[in-house]
Amino acid sequence: MSKTVLLVEDEPNIIEAISFLLERDGWTVRIHSQGDDAVDAVLRVAPDVLVLDVMLPGRSGFDILRDLRSNTVTKDLPILMLTARGQTKDRELAESYGVSHFMTKPFSNDEMLGKVRDLYTASADKP
Amino acid sequence: MVSFNILITVAVIYTMLLFGVAFYADQRAQRGPSRWLRSPWTYTLSLSVYCTAWTFYGAVGNAARSGLEYLTIYLGPTLVFLAWWWLLRKLVRIGKAERITSIADMISSRYGKSPTIAVIVTVLAIAGTTPYIALQLQSVTLSVAVFTEFPTGGGGGSDLNATAFWLSAGLALFTIFFGTRNLDANERHHGVVTAIALEAIVKLVALLAVGIFVVWGVSGGVSETLRAIDASPVADWQPSPSRWTSMIFLSAAAVICLPRMFQVLVVENADERHLRTAVWAFPTYILAMSLFVLPIAVVGLAVMPEGSNPDLFVLTLPLELGQEGLALLAFLGGFSSATSMVIVASIALATMVSNHIVVPIWLNTRPAGASMSGDMRQVVLLSRRLSIIAVLGLGYVYYRTTGGSAALSAIGLVSFAGVAQVVPALIGGLFWRGATRKGAIAGLLVGFGLWIYTLFMPAIGAFPSSMLLHGLFGADMLRPQALMGFTDMDPLVHSILWSISLNTLAFIIVSLVSFPTPMERLQGAAFVNVFERGDGAVSPIGGQAEAEDLLVMSQRLLGAREAQTLFQREATRQGKAGYLPDPTPDFITLLERELAGSVGGATAHAMIAQINGQTSITVRDLLAVADESAQMLEYSSQLEAQSRELEQTARKLREANTKLTALSVQKDAFLSQVSHELRTPMTSIRSFSEFLMEGGMDEKAQARSAGIIHEESIRLTRLLDDLLDLSVLENGQVVLNVQTARLSDLLDRAVSSAGVGSPKPDGLEVIRSAEDEGVLLKTDTDRLTQVFINLISNAQKYCVTDTPRLRIVVTRSQDSVDIDFIDNGLGISPKDATVVFEKFVRLTDQASAGSAGLGLAISREIMLRLGGSLDYVPGQGGAAFRVQLPLVWVERLG
Repeated sequence: MSKTVLLVEDEPNIIEAISFLLERDGWTVRIHSQGDDAVDAVLRVAPDVLVLDVMLPGRSGFDILRDLRSNTVTKDLPILMLTARGQTKDRELAESYGVSHFMTKPFSNDEMLGKVRDLYTASADKP
Repeated sequence: MVSFNILITVAVIYTMLLFGVAFYADQRAQRGPSRWLRSPWTYTLSLSVYCTAWTFYGAVGNAARSGLEYLTIYLGPTLVFLAWWWLLRKLVRIGKAERITSIADMISSRYGKSPTIAVIVTVLAIAGTTPYIALQLQSVTLSVAVFTEFPTGGGGGSDLNATAFWLSAGLALFTIFFGTRNLDANERHHGVVTAIALEAIVKLVALLAVGIFVVWGVSGGVSETLRAIDASPVADWQPSPSRWTSMIFLSAAAVICLPRMFQVLVVENADERHLRTAVWAFPTYILAMSLFVLPIAVVGLAVMPEGSNPDLFVLTLPLELGQEGLALLAFLGGFSSATSMVIVASIALATMVSNHIVVPIWLNTRPAGASMSGDMRQVVLLSRRLSIIAVLGLGYVYYRTTGGSAALSAIGLVSFAGVAQVVPALIGGLFWRGATRKGAIAGLLVGFGLWIYTLFMPAIGAFPSSMLLHGLFGADMLRPQALMGFTDMDPLVHSILWSISLNTLAFIIVSLVSFPTPMERLQGAAFVNVFERGDGAVSPIGGQAEAEDLLVMSQRLLGAREAQTLFQREATRQGKAGYLPDPTPDFITLLERELAGSVGGATAHAMIAQINGQTSITVRDLLAVADESAQMLEYSSQLEAQSRELEQTARKLREANTKLTALSVQKDAFLSQVSHELRTPMTSIRSFSEFLMEGGMDEKAQARSAGIIHEESIRLTRLLDDLLDLSVLENGQVVLNVQTARLSDLLDRAVSSAGVGSPKPDGLEVIRSAEDEGVLLKTDTDRLTQVFINLISNAQKYCVTDTPRLRIVVTRSQDSVDIDFIDNGLGISPKDATVVFEKFVRLTDQASAGSAGLGLAISREIMLRLGGSLDYVPGQGGAAFRVQLPLVWVERLG
C-alpha cells in the first residue's frame, strides 16, 4: 500500500511544487485547499503524513492542529506545518499544540522530502 | 472801646476755662460714671455743634438778605429730630453694636467693611469740611477785626492772619490734648463733649442776650418789633419752593451726615436713652437760636449805616449802640460756635483720616509678618495727632488762600450739599438689604463727582467764567450750573437735583445688578435688622478656657513643637512651670493671633471661643469662617482643577500609549503580512528552480516550471511596487503632478490598461455614459487613473457572474463630482465593507488573485492626497465604489 500525504495548502504553485516532489518519491499526494473542512478531510483521507499550511482560507492551521491533536484518531498523526510568516511565536504556538515539525517557507526540496520521510519512519517505528 | 488786647485776653481766659472744664471732665470720667457727664442734657447741648459761627452770625445776614430762608437751616434738623427720631435711634444702636468710629466707618461697615468706601467718604468729608473750617477761622478773625477797627470796619491785615494762625494752633492743641488723650475703645471724649456743651450754653445765652436787648432795648417790645418787621424790606421777600425744599433737605441730611454731627450724635452718645431727651430738647435749642434772628436783622438794617455787613449785625449792633459788654458776650458766642465746630470736626476727620488712610497705609508698608505688639496704640495716637494738625493746617491754608473773599460765605451750603451725597448709601443701607458695596461706591462717586463739578468748583471760583457760561470744552450741555440745558435754576437747587438724583439712581441700579459678598449680606442684615438683635454686646473672649484644650488645639494647628514653645514661654512669663499658662485675656489674644496666621482670623476666633466655653458663636463668626472657607474652597478647587488637568494629561498619555501599542501590534501584523506575501512566491520560485537545477525534467515540465518562476517573480515585483507606493503615499511625500484632462479620457485609459493587464480576459462589460464624462479635471491625472484601474481590475477579478458588467456613473453635485463603479456581482457584506480598505485584506479565497491586497488601500490614500475620497457604497446590487473629487479640482467643459 502506497504511503499517502495529505497536503492542506491554498497556493496553487506551491501545491504543484510539493505534489511534484512527493509523487516523484512514490507518495500518493492528496490535496485539500480549504481551512474550514480540513479536519474532515484528514479523517476521510487518513494520510500517513499531513503537510499543513498556517494561513488558509476559512480556518487557521493552528486551529486545525489543535483539533487534530485532541482527536484520538489523529492525536499521533505526523504533522508537518508550513508557514510563510516565520515568526518564533508561531513556532512556539505550534509546538505547544503538539506539532511534529514546523517548517518556514521557503524551504529546499530536499529538506521537505527528508522531513516527510523522517516523520513517516518515526511514526511507522512506533508500535 | 474794647482794645485788641482786652479782646485777646478775654478769649484766652475763656479758652483756658474751656481747657479747665474739659480737663476736669476727663479726670472725672476716669474716676467712674458721673451723673452730669453722662446726662441727656450734656448730649443735647453737644449736638449744638450744628450751630456754627455760620449760623451764629450768618443767620442774621441771611435773614437780612433772603428773609425767612434762614429758617430752613433750622427746619431740617427739627424735622429729623421730631419726625425721624427712629432713624436716629437706629443709627445710634448700630453705632454701638458695631463700635462705629465715624460716618465713613459706618457706611463702610454696612457694605462689608469696604476700605474703598471708607476712603471715598473720608475724602468727601475732607473736601466738604475743610472750607467750613476755614469759614470758622474767618468768622473769628472778622469778629476780632470788628472790635479792633470799629467803627471804620474793613479788611484784615497781618494781625488778622496771625490771629487765624494762633487760633488754628490753639485749636489743634486743644483737640490733640483732649481728643487723643487715650484710645478709648468707644471713641468717646468726655472732656471735649463737656467743653462743647458749655460753649453751647454760651452761644445760646449770647444770642438770646443780643436778641432781648434788640427787642426790648431798641425796638421797645414785641409788638413794636413785629411792626418794624412788617415795615422792613425783609417782609417783601417771597419764598422759592424749590430752594426751600433743597435747603430743608440739605440741613436735614447735614444734621446726620456732617462728620462733626455724626461724631456727637452717634459716636459720642453714651446712652441710647439720651435720644429721648434730645429729640425735643435739641429742636427747642435751635428754635431758641433762631428766635431773635429776624428782629436782629430788621433792627440792624434800620439802625446800622448803609453798606454794613449784615453777617456781623450780632456783633456790630451792640457796639453801635454802645453795649460793649454785650458785644463781648456776642463775640464769645461766635467764638464758641466757631471753636466747637472746628474741634469736633477735626476730631471726626482725624479719626477717619487716621483709621481709613494713614493706618492702613502704615500697616501695608510694614514688612510682612512683623508682629503687632503694643506699639500699635502709639502709632494710632500719633497718626490721629498728625491728622488733626493736617486737618487744621488744611483749613488754615484754605483760609489764607481764599480768606476774606465772598467765596467763603456760600461755603456752608456747599459743604452741606457735599456731605449729603452719603445720604443714599447711608439711608439705603439702613433700610434696604439689597444695597451692595458696588452700588454704594457707584452712587458715592457719581454724587461726589457731580457735586464737585456743579457746585464746589464754581463756588470756590475754580472754573473760568467762560466755562460756566459755555460749558466744559465749549459743550453747552456740560455747563456746570446748567447741565443738559437746565438753565434758569438756582445753582444750589440745580446741583442738588442732579447730584442726589443720579447718585440715588446709580446706587439703586448698581445694587440691583451686583451681588453682595457674604460679609456684605451679613452686615446688611445686621444694620437693617439692628433692633431684632439682643442688647448683648460683643464680649471679648476671656472666659474659662481650659489651657489644656487650648494646647491640644494649638498643637493641631501650629504643630506640636511650636505650640508647646508658645505655651511654655507664656507659662514662664506668668511664673509657672510646665506648659499650661493661665488663659489670661492677653494670652488668649496672643494665641488667637498666632492661630489666625494659619487658619484665618475668623476661624481662630471661633475655635477659641468654643473652647473658651462661649458656645454661642455668632452668625457673624460663622459667616466670617464661611468667607475664609470659601477662599480655601477656591484654592482647593484650583488644586482640583490642576489635578484634573494632570488626570487629563495622564489619560492622554494612556491613550497615546494605547495607540502606540496598537500601532506596534499593527506594525508586527504588517511585517508578518509582508513576510507572508514575500515568502509565498519565494517558496514556489525556490522549489521550481531546484527542480530545474536537478535536471531530468521533460521539456514540458521545464517550461511549466520556468513559467511559474516567471509569474511568481512578477508577483513579487508588483508587491514591492505596491509597498513602496503605499509608503510614499502614507508619509505624504507624494508629489502631485497636476494636469488638466477630460474625465472620459482618463476612464478610457483606465479601461484599456485594466483590460490589457488582465491575465484572464473574461469579457467584463463596461457601461459608460459619455455625456456625463465631459468634465475637465484639474488634478494628478496619473494617480487618478491608477485608482480607476484598480477599481476596474477589482471588478474584473471579483465580479463572479455569468455576464459580468461594470457601470461607471458620473454625477455632479454642488461641490463635488462623483464617479461610481458599480458591478453586478455579489457585492461586499457590511462587515467586510469596513475592512475592505485595509492593507493585505483579500475577501475572496483566491490567494492567487494576483495582488497582495494593497490595491484599495493605495487607492484610498491616493484619493485622500487628491483632496477627495474613496468609499464603498452599499446597496447598489453589486460591489459599488465611489470616487469623489472636490469641485475645486473640477473644470467644466465650455
